Amino acid sequence: MQRREWMGVLARATPAEVDAAWQGHGLSPAFVWLRPPAFCLVMVRGRVNGNGAPFNLGEMSVTRCALQLDTGQMDQRYAGQRYVGLGYVAGRHKRHAALAALFDALLQEGGALAEQLLRTVAELDAKRRARHRHDAAMAATSKVDFTMQLSEVPAEYPMRGNSA
Amino acid sequence: MNVSTVIRGGARAIAASRWLLARQRRGDVSVPATTVVQIEEQMRLAVGRVMAEGSLYDRTLAALAIKQAQGDLVEAAFLVRAYRTTLERIGSSEPVDTSRMRIERRVATTHRDASGGQMLGATYDYTHRLIDFALLADADPIAPLLPAADAPLATSFEPQLQQPMQQPSGAALLEADLLEPAGASGEPPCEPPDLTREPLTVPCRREQRLQALARADEGFLVGLAYSSMRGFGRVHPYITELVCGRVKVALVIPEIGEVVAIGEIEITECRTIHADTGASGRAPEFTRGYGLVLGAGERKAIAMAVLDRGLRARELGEDARYPAHDEEFVLMHADNIDASGLVQHLKLPHYVDFEAVSQMLQDLRRRYASAPSGDAE
Repeated sequence: MQRREWMGVLARATPAEVDAAWQGHGLSPAFVWLRPPAFCLVMVRGRVNGNGAPFNLGEMSVTRCALQLDTGQMDQRYAGQRYVGLGYVAGRHKRHAALAALFDALLQEGGALAEQLLRTVAELDAKRRARHRHDAAMAATSKVDFTMQLSEVPAEYPMRGNSA
Repeated sequence: MNVSTVIRGGARAIAASRWLLARQRRGDVSVPATTVVQIEEQMRLAVGRVMAEGSLYDRTLAALAIKQAQGDLVEAAFLVRAYRTTLERIGSSEPVDTSRMRIERRVATTHRDASGGQMLGATYDYTHRLIDFALLADADPIAPLLPAADAPLATSFEPQLQQPMQQPSGAALLEADLLEPAGASGEPPCEPPDLTREPLTVPCRREQRLQALARADEGFLVGLAYSSMRGFGRVHPYITELVCGRVKVALVIPEIGEVVAIGEIEITECRTIHADTGASGRAPEFTRGYGLVLGAGERKAIAMAVLDRGLRARELGEDARYPAHDEEFVLMHADNIDASGLVQHLKLPHYVDFEAVSQMLQDLRRRYASAPSGDAE
């Protein structure tokens, strides 16, 4: 999984899911804020006719932050590569952004911990996909096939809906 | 000559008024207060309207604004617009890909066999519009299970999810050469104009019109679209596709220069086609209108698409004879924060203006009285 993929998964999981996933690892790494979590805006764009030139649809709130793992002066393993974790999440959720940034930093480090965290990220991804499948199945209950029937149909049944 | 007057005083009365407002908003204190999360969950369409007209997608914030404004959705949109000015904008998203929308509702009206099919989703369209007194009871029961006779909850929809939705009906019309081409799909050479940065001037580009319409007052757009369909215009719309659902929002993250998904938003999209009989000298064909709205707002999305087509009059060589076809008329009056600001400022003291106008009328009246009777007619 590439960095932009895990960032995308962490952002699209719910804040509660990310929180629970983080708690599950019982980690408390030292870090310093490069940019503490702050609310900001992103202009959302659409396209003319759905596929033409971009236009500005309206803004959305976003929370972002950046942090750097503080591995301590005695630890030479990370000399010159103290990883910067980024959190960019829709909405106003400082803790969600902060945890996403911690995940991001630790995942870049590699090693056994990163592998464990990556499995957690994969679980978050699976949860979102399951949610989407559930939503789609719910919506699909209302699939409709309106049929047209001509003059041989009795007048009180001009149209038959939901025949599927 | 413009004279500026400062009205002084009133501080105590204003403080009392705000106190009264807070009490009025809370209502009878023996009734539990509405929570913001209740509004967010149970007033979805109000939240959608405030997000669209406040031009800021943030469900919690919209719900809070609705609570603060006692349900006045225009006032709530105003609160949201004011809030957005306090935040830094860090960039623009990649254009959302509505062909990959997670669809909750999809209506296609021109073809029985529109590819992709139709899903009614949750809609008031097929309800009887009878007041449901069951909701008056203390408990609001969760809707009962789907009747067994109807389609059961299936679990085999996953393959469809992986496919982008097909554009309905357009293909068939294109084959028949009846539909205007959608236009170039490549990236234009410049950034789209942004009316939050440069004020709207007319004539303007379609991208500007769509931005203005997307944040415009729903009531104004629906009224104008209605006028153009009733006879004050010539738009003859059909809805080829009306979709409500969720799309992924992705952003180039400045630190790493890569496109990353940051979330998902609910939007409503409407595509219309309009019979153009060639009165303007062009070949008869169907022309396109497009509506896209933040949140759930299908009435607005339809009106937006109809007006988008109407406002293409100049581009399509038509006279803009009707209000709904007139760019300046529609776009300059569609923003409800602007409009309600000017209309409601009438409530402020106008003592000096009024005195000046009174004096002018007295003067005119004296001239009128002293004029020879023949001139007075």
